[in-house]
Amino acid sequence: MSNNKYAVNERGYYGQFGGAYIPELLRANIDELRGNYLKIINSEKFQKDYKRLLDNYVGRPTPLTKVANLSKRYGTNIYLKREDLTHTGAHKINNTIGQILIAKYMGKTRIIAETGAGQHGVATATVCALFGLECIVYMGALDIERQAPNVARMKMLGAKVVPAISGNQTLKDATNEAIRDWIANPNSFYLIGSVVGPHPYPDMVTRLQSIISEEIRGQLTKETGNPNPDYVIACVGGGSNAAGAFYHYLDEEDVKLVAVEASGLGVNSGETAATITIGDVGFIHGSKTMLMHDEDGQITEPYSISAGLDYPGVGPLHAHLAETGRAQFLSVTDQEALDAAMVLAQSEGIIPALESAHALAALEQMTFDKDDVVVVNLSGRGDKDMETYMKAINN
Amino acid sequence: MNRIDQLFQNKGKDILSIYFPAGYPNLNDTVPNLQLLQDKGVDLVEIGIPFSDPLADGPVIQIAAKQSLDQGMSLKLLFEQLKDVRSTITMPLILMGYWNVVYKYGVDAFLVDCQSCGIDGVILADLPLEEYEEEFKVKFEAHGVYNILLVTPQTTDQRMAKIEKATKGFLYMVSSSATTGGALEQSKEREEYFKKVANLDIPSLIGFGIHDKASFQHASGFSNGAIIGTAFIKALEQGSAADFIDSLS
Repeated sequence: MSNNKYAVNERGYYGQFGGAYIPELLRANIDELRGNYLKIINSEKFQKDYKRLLDNYVGRPTPLTKVANLSKRYGTNIYLKREDLTHTGAHKINNTIGQILIAKYMGKTRIIAETGAGQHGVATATVCALFGLECIVYMGALDIERQAPNVARMKMLGAKVVPAISGNQTLKDATNEAIRDWIANPNSFYLIGSVVGPHPYPDMVTRLQSIISEEIRGQLTKETGNPNPDYVIACVGGGSNAAGAFYHYLDEEDVKLVAVEASGLGVNSGETAATITIGDVGFIHGSKTMLMHDEDGQITEPYSISAGLDYPGVGPLHAHLAETGRAQFLSVTDQEALDAAMVLAQSEGIIPALESAHALAALEQMTFDKDDVVVVNLSGRGDKDMETYMKAINN
Repeated sequence: MNRIDQLFQNKGKDILSIYFPAGYPNLNDTVPNLQLLQDKGVDLVEIGIPFSDPLADGPVIQIAAKQSLDQGMSLKLLFEQLKDVRSTITMPLILMGYWNVVYKYGVDAFLVDCQSCGIDGVILADLPLEEYEEEFKVKFEAHGVYNILLVTPQTTDQRMAKIEKATKGFLYMVSSSATTGGALEQSKEREEYFKKVANLDIPSLIGFGIHDKASFQHASGFSNGAIIGTAFIKALEQGSAADFIDSLS
């Protein structure tokens, strides 16, 4: 690991972004986690338990699939990192497996989580069931209505799903509610789903997702003789799958990192989630980062067809990668993502999650040499999005 | 002299501080609310700057803040409403809010407007002590705006010593580990925490969970006074604000 230039500092900053902008009410909770997470992650016992669960429960390593038809279409060499093949169907489980172990080592028995579309909620409910821990998932009341199958999965896994009725009743409000629960229950463990929130969450989740780029390096070495591709492309909402896919390449400056945001109906439509593109510096959920908010500093509701990408902020690592130019940020509309999903389904026999379809759609905006090696992180599978896909096909 | 210091000098105990969100229940109620509170003998007022995502607040303050925002409240409008407030209001005034709104407004502009309206202090729930001291303390002091800090039952002794040194005017003693609007926990452990903070060299007010005469008196027994927010907002909503203040004494 040679991540220095883009690593978090001891106070939780990536450049000017990050930190822990939290009420004093949360200070003791955060300090406890801060004092423990690295010690635990770096311990031999954690590494052994984590690895065993990733191999035998999550189904890792996930394949790196060279996709011939897509490669031909774009005149280059495209590989997909198949996070869609993990247990529960997305990269989210890499993080929840790691955090549940940390919670267990810290002696916590009650787990709090937030969820938007329900993917992180399901991944959290799954590991809580596995470890026999109480699980409370906050979910926007509006999202509960929109994502009934995932609500059912969480309930079947034994989690309690609590509707967040404040604000606009979506992910941002569910996160507020989860944090309020943690304030009232300092002995609980708050299991965040992305590389967002106060330090140490962005760093902790990034480390737990870094298995993605660790595997890519080994797999590419076997495939091409070189651990480094020319491009790594990943979608960004909060940014956890991108953080994991980028992590081991951050200081390999010859590897071009491409982060793809959801622009919804278009970056200037007012219905968008392209935080880096249209946002500016602000503070959300304890982190200084790029943020979509109005002139008065009121946080605005993002929009994307993909429920996993509509977060009004973005992880502070990504804000830093954008500011330094280390990663290129592109944005993709609903329609472009839908089109890219159809292309992958019909040319490769893989139905991607709508989030991952945004990363695939970026291929249309880029030009490649025929010898380039391009890795797209296929962060999840599309089962959960079939209703949306069917609507698009029927239109 | 800062009006907050003056207050604690003139009146050492039973200080009643009231919180309400700006622009609530109606957009133009901010200054009339202040007048009512002053007429009723309230010692200190915290005016909430409404925010879309108030992490430290319970449902009553969240809903009130949202109503206020929906009616068109903003920090800019608040300063317009407070422009001439010092022609009638002599109580110390504190603005209480979240860092994103202040940062977006511009920290310098915020401090200039606080000073020109006669705001004595601010409570910024999510601006950490370390960031405040490194980046902003000098500016706050240059404008004579007190930054009032919070301690909680979970605050370690070491951290409390740092906060005691850094806070200005008084220390905001959070009664329990909960968001605003909960109940006041009365236990031996809690009383020991209250006593520990009361023994510090800086005055303190207890907030969170103070909602009636009994809890006000209980809290005031351990500190220089107490802060009531949620219960007053409920009274505002029901149109019984004056009666509520009367019921406290």
